[in-house]
Amino acid sequence: MAFKLDAKIPQGKLAEKWSNHKAAIKVVSPANKRKLDIIVIGTGLGGGAAAASLGELGYNVKVFCIQDSPRRAHSIAAQGGINAAKNYQNDNDSVYRLFYDTIKGGDYRAREANVYRLAEVSNLIIDQCVAQGVPFAREYGGLLANRSFGGAQVSRTFYARGQTGQQLLLGAYAALNKEIAAGSVKSYPRHEMLDVVVENGEARGIIARNLVTGEIERHGAHAVVIASGGYGNVFFLSTNAMGSNGSAAFQCYRKGAGFANPCFTQIHPTCIPVHGTQQSKLTLMSESLRNDGRIWVPKKLEDVKALRAGTLKPSDIKEEDRDYYLERRYPAFGNLVPRDVASRAAKERCDAGFGVNETGLAVFLDFKTAIERLGKDIIKQRYGNLFDMYEEITDVSPYEEPMQIFPAVHYTMGGIWVDYNLMTTIPGLYAIGEANFSDHGANRLGASALMQGLADGYFVLPYTIGDYLAAKIQAPKVDTNTPAFEEAEKAVKEKIAKLMSINGKQSVDDIHKKLGHIMWENVGMARTKESLEKAIVEIQALRKEFWKDVKVVGDPMSFNVELEKALRLADFLELGELMARDALNRAESCGGHFRSEHQTEEGEALRHDEEFSYAAVWEYKGMDEAPELTKEPLIYEETERKQRNYKD
Amino acid sequence: MNFTLKIWRQKDAKSKGAFETYQVKDISADTSFLEMLDILNNDLVHAGKEPVAFDHDCREGICGMCSLHINGLAHGPGQAATTCQIYMRKFKDGDTITIEPWRSAAFPVIKDLVVNRGAYDQILQAGGYVSVRTNSVPDANAIPIPKADADESMDAAACIGCGACAATCKNGSAMLFVAARVSSLAKLPQGRVEGARRAKAMVAKMDELGFGNCTNTGACQAECPKGISIAHIARLNREFLAAKIQD
Amino acid sequence: MNCFLYNSSVGKKLVMSISGCALVLFILFHMSMNLTALFSAEAYNMICELLGANWYALVGTAGLAALVFIHFAYALLLTWNNYRARGTQRYAVTTKEPGVSWASKNMLVLGVIVLLGLLLHLTHFWAKMQLVEIMGGHESMVDGKMVAATDGAELIRYTFSQWYNVVLYLVWFVALWFHLTHGVWSMFQTAGWANDTWYPRLKCLANIVATLIFLGFAVVVIFFFVKANCPCCGGCC
Repeated sequence: MAFKLDAKIPQGKLAEKWSNHKAAIKVVSPANKRKLDIIVIGTGLGGGAAAASLGELGYNVKVFCIQDSPRRAHSIAAQGGINAAKNYQNDNDSVYRLFYDTIKGGDYRAREANVYRLAEVSNLIIDQCVAQGVPFAREYGGLLANRSFGGAQVSRTFYARGQTGQQLLLGAYAALNKEIAAGSVKSYPRHEMLDVVVENGEARGIIARNLVTGEIERHGAHAVVIASGGYGNVFFLSTNAMGSNGSAAFQCYRKGAGFANPCFTQIHPTCIPVHGTQQSKLTLMSESLRNDGRIWVPKKLEDVKALRAGTLKPSDIKEEDRDYYLERRYPAFGNLVPRDVASRAAKERCDAGFGVNETGLAVFLDFKTAIERLGKDIIKQRYGNLFDMYEEITDVSPYEEPMQIFPAVHYTMGGIWVDYNLMTTIPGLYAIGEANFSDHGANRLGASALMQGLADGYFVLPYTIGDYLAAKIQAPKVDTNTPAFEEAEKAVKEKIAKLMSINGKQSVDDIHKKLGHIMWENVGMARTKESLEKAIVEIQALRKEFWKDVKVVGDPMSFNVELEKALRLADFLELGELMARDALNRAESCGGHFRSEHQTEEGEALRHDEEFSYAAVWEYKGMDEAPELTKEPLIYEETERKQRNYKD
Repeated sequence: MNFTLKIWRQKDAKSKGAFETYQVKDISADTSFLEMLDILNNDLVHAGKEPVAFDHDCREGICGMCSLHINGLAHGPGQAATTCQIYMRKFKDGDTITIEPWRSAAFPVIKDLVVNRGAYDQILQAGGYVSVRTNSVPDANAIPIPKADADESMDAAACIGCGACAATCKNGSAMLFVAARVSSLAKLPQGRVEGARRAKAMVAKMDELGFGNCTNTGACQAECPKGISIAHIARLNREFLAAKIQD
Repeated sequence: MNCFLYNSSVGKKLVMSISGCALVLFILFHMSMNLTALFSAEAYNMICELLGANWYALVGTAGLAALVFIHFAYALLLTWNNYRARGTQRYAVTTKEPGVSWASKNMLVLGVIVLLGLLLHLTHFWAKMQLVEIMGGHESMVDGKMVAATDGAELIRYTFSQWYNVVLYLVWFVALWFHLTHGVWSMFQTAGWANDTWYPRLKCLANIVATLIFLGFAVVVIFFFVKANCPCCGGCC
């Protein structure tokens, strides 16, 4: 049975939709809010902000995170900044321009109404964060400073040194702490959601594992909010935190929530290249470096050879022998093209044999020109901590020699399908932030993830959830002693018992690395029909191998990291296949999804709007069954869809 | 490179722990310290033994999840870095490396090298916030803030709550952690409003949770992976004493 | 007691800071007083007379005793708290953190040495001067002869002619020096009067004060030792 998708996009002019919608949806009175329970999974910018705001409104909130404190969520690692249409720089920015840049940056695969709302509330976010005591960068006059970011021609990014995500998260975490102290929010750190409980077609709660004791717990609520982030770790190596996983989202999918555009993966252009086989994760160097850094590879292959042999230093290569390929190909945006474009351009050069390290998978990011122009001190002020970090990792000083960078998996635009109210196809189940699919289309612009997480958490969900909960004010507390809870708990316990009993030969990481390899080679930066078909077969085989040969040691009724990883990998092994299937279905190139068969003569992404102007929403049919596709058509009323052009 | 590791193993909070010795071989100098532990753990799993439990997450020095007392130093050798940012080139081939969990009465061991730092959350819940509601705020540029103040606030706000300060302090004092939050908010007009209440509440909670008293050794500052200055402790003292004297 | 000076960590530290500050000021005064003995035994004894069993001197002595008691009692209390805060399991390996002074980590040990030195000092001087007057006497037996309770100069001369006293006093002064190099700047920090700009200045000040006090006391001790045991003139120079 295919989904009957209703995105519930309000009528009226684009700029009025959100106000009209807010006026039209139901609200819950304070006395009734006290009777309603909400579970929030995840404490990043989306989950933290939502839990705090919902608690403030008077709902009873339970918030879960897998780390030892809500403050550790991976939003904390965002470095560069957060976008808002404040126009404080007087460079003719506006809500419309932010909306337009985001839609265009997403290669016209996002919903207009959602993106416009995002741009609209972006300004409120900055106000909110400043009031919470977020120490944004300021100018000498005491007012807020901005910097520019990829994909935009205005300076609209607010930042707090290279730690913007951390500061925004600490703001949300502080708001959460305020509510925990007030008793409206109860925090469950070191708890992992292992299933969502659906009863009579509605979300009724979750099954969670206490990661310290191993106990399986039932938690009931009138609504469940998934804010568990993205699933980039399906690639094993990514810039995500080690614990980041797709399992919470995947349980929703398994229980009947649609999963949209799973193949839309963002590959970030400026990461430190892989150095060996034992590496555990990839380190991102902030995109803000592209403000002053110039990306290049040598023009001559003999220079490349000499670099690899170590007989030539990059700084010795003459200016005329350097190929600043982004500036050459995209004169208007230069080094500040969107991430997908920059990543693919790097891959193109490396594929052509110009990769500058032993593996052939690296390009230079050079500050020589900037240091000459601005002086070392200014560069140090701007990027000092990033330069130090780079030197710590690689033993090379970026003041002396250019950095080596290469693209790495960074963000997943796909996720659980939600309507305009951020509700999934399961009533009462919501998804916000990176966990949902909504606002970034096929490619996210820099400094927009923080914006979306906080927009959903502070300014959208607290309103839209009331529309659903208004019908629940008569509902009693959710009884967790029902067959639905029993079954869900039993299934979780059986899954754990099964994993513990296999006692095979391969560790979880061994298999995860194999999956990562399949994904990166076949479902990575450039995909083809053949590679995707190959990936599907290989992942299926690997999944069988996993369920036959994985070795999980230790006691399930205790702190057991191997078991945690095994449970997550079991889901990644299905999610990876889903991504490949989605990528195979989408026979076009758009944003972060690049099908080599579909490119322009100049090697740019070639969209097929007639055929693929839709969100691909997948429905789970079983572990070894093909999922069913439903299409949500994307209708563009305001924007004219063009080939993205960052050349002039 | 080869190393001998002496690692604290403890089954759970109630059990007694002890050191166990392990060998790791053929480690590249570019391997991070935690990747070295990953390698050890993978070997242990293959041998059917329980891997060493340790906290970690972002592995880029910002989440504050990783801990570890390595060869007598919180977050190991090297200043202004977390354990996840330590690379094996900091050690010599053949070194014996002793790895212990944070030791502090307020941070009980959960398992092996994993400790419970919930006390830090509790301190922040006592007052480490500005009491503003969502949406009930003025325009972001309504109140200009001198750049120097915003910068100093940011210096303190860099705290990642890893616990190294209390773990390294001979007195088990959490003053640097508390001070970082109090000071960061005290430097901003938004935070000033409830500054007195915050300083009192957070210090009271810190004391209640059994953290020790600061004796200004400065060990916390030396070991803080974010290089947070004890000048913030001076500000916390000022805030607290001024608030108490006004009572 | 429901007072922040007793039940909060920062309050307790403030008590240490203020009592310590008062004791430093007293020591500075004591040192200046001692220095007069270098130039004139009469002048020194005049000061001793002023500090006999007068009401103001007695109040001052009681105050000092109270300060020492408070400073030490709080030190014990804080150390006990701190010991418990470290937990039952200690680190197997510890390394000195870069930039952390040895004194700062050993203040209690240094304090105990200072206190022991103080007790010795009291038996040498206070017990033969103010205490004698309090008991209603006017002189006491020193080195086989009666010495007036106001004749501090004679007590100094005698005490520091003995090499073992000189050694003990110098050890005492060294401990005090270490204690003050940390204590003096630390009291500003605890009171909240410090920041990154002032740390170098305050630490410099602490070193100057500590060194000044060390030299001021040590010079008197050595002067009288040399005077009594000079190999060239046998104490006549």
